Amino acid sequence: MLSRRFGDFEAAEDAVQEALLAAATQWPAEGVPANPRGWLIQVAARRMTEQVRGEQARRRREDLVARRTPDDRRSAPAADEEYAADRDDTLTVLFLACHPSLTPASAIALTLRSVGGLTTAEIAAAFLVPEATMAQRISRAKQRIRASGVPFRMPSEQEWPGRLRSVLHVLYLIFNEGYTGTTGADLHRVELSREAIRLARAVHALLPDDTEVAGLLALMLLIEARRPARTGPSGELVPLAEQDRSRWDGAAIAEGVALITAALSRGAVGPYQLQAAINAVHDEAATVEETDWPQILALYGLLERMSDNPMVTLNRAVAAAMADGPAAGLALLDALESDGRLSGHHRWHATRAHLLEMRGDRAEAAEHYRTAARLTMSLPERRYLIGRAARLAEGTR
Amino acid sequence: MKYMMLMQFSAAQADFPSIDTWSAEEVAAHLDFMRRTNEELVKSGEFVDGQGLAMPDQAKIVRAGDGGRPVVSDGPFPETKEFLAGWWIVDCETPERVVELAAAVSAAPGPGGRPLNMPIEVRAVMAAPTEEL
Repeated sequence: MLSRRFGDFEAAEDAVQEALLAAATQWPAEGVPANPRGWLIQVAARRMTEQVRGEQARRRREDLVARRTPDDRRSAPAADEEYAADRDDTLTVLFLACHPSLTPASAIALTLRSVGGLTTAEIAAAFLVPEATMAQRISRAKQRIRASGVPFRMPSEQEWPGRLRSVLHVLYLIFNEGYTGTTGADLHRVELSREAIRLARAVHALLPDDTEVAGLLALMLLIEARRPARTGPSGELVPLAEQDRSRWDGAAIAEGVALITAALSRGAVGPYQLQAAINAVHDEAATVEETDWPQILALYGLLERMSDNPMVTLNRAVAAAMADGPAAGLALLDALESDGRLSGHHRWHATRAHLLEMRGDRAEAAEHYRTAARLTMSLPERRYLIGRAARLAEGTR
Repeated sequence: MKYMMLMQFSAAQADFPSIDTWSAEEVAAHLDFMRRTNEELVKSGEFVDGQGLAMPDQAKIVRAGDGGRPVVSDGPFPETKEFLAGWWIVDCETPERVVELAAAVSAAPGPGGRPLNMPIEVRAVMAAPTEEL
């Protein structure tokens, strides 16, 4: 039964591989694509791609040595790896894998498998599902792409912004998945963040003029730089304000700051650039008190106008509290409550608790920390929130 | 998002008679349904794990006694109202999807091939990525 299913699956995958390969071979013969800008960028990027590929290959070799991976785990390269590395249509494959017709979970799986350097087993381990389940998720995503009849070529000029947005969104989701702590069990998840950064780097090398691509890469680097300080020795969450900033990765911060500074100076500001700028302000501050909160507040104001996301308003409330005092932040939270989109969300309660604590309302703050702890779906977060509530309760006793 | 679906049976057999009283065909149809459910969950890329559990007669309740020594009481437990017959862990894209799956397994065939419509408890697994605070 199982072998029959696997036989079918492999046959199906081979067929899809061949179809993709055939399309990739025919594409250059079909003449000038619909999107000359994309074409020119690709031609210009060819040399840079060589460089990226060299880096990818080196990274794989380094990883092999560094991780002392057993030979059998790595001896069979991913079936897709060959064409991803042998052609410079990484970007085209990425556009396909992140196609808007796919659900986020399928797009993530397909992206990691087709342009990422991870095996199906590694992707499955990162998402804590059996390998057969992940293999099916990838296979279904491929079938869906095939069924949708999307051609294997660069999106047209009209499609370009939307399709690139999908790619960046999927890369951002992959990065976020890897965002949990660095305790032993989460090592596979750490790999997801690294993989997202590597892919963002590759896209940036192919599209060096796109400021949002640069913004996303900068954002990832600036967040990832804080990873060593984000969790304590037993995997507990350390909030930004209490992190040992000497443990932040200075090289990653420098690279992220340079990227976002260059991107912002070129105009066409987008949400990833704004988020990167906010994180750059955090990362450049020696202490939480020295943080340029008015600037962060202004950046969140811009981001809010651009995205209409209640989570942005939540973060703006924290910045407002830090810049102008807790009352300013709490007023924003009240407005969010009547808006309704975040009602019953743990982040709203956690933020309210934090601002109430700032104002000295310890009992009420503890109550909101406890509510947030009941609502969160993340274990480390629950542990942190219960700890905050307990600390406040002890103080008031 | 991962969810656990818990398949509850009424210990008093209020809803349907105990499975050991079903005909061989009824049991086969039920088990076949479960096997197909698992296969479909793998195919849809949602299966994480799933098991059927032995009858509660085989259950033990264990507590630590003095010095951590196990204190064991053996089943069956007459005071039990419901017992866990099996469970799945699924990885779904939406909360609506897990409700749909739970309803589907709830309707597993029982005596006479009629749907059991047994209660399925759906619980979220705490596996969300952690946000920096």
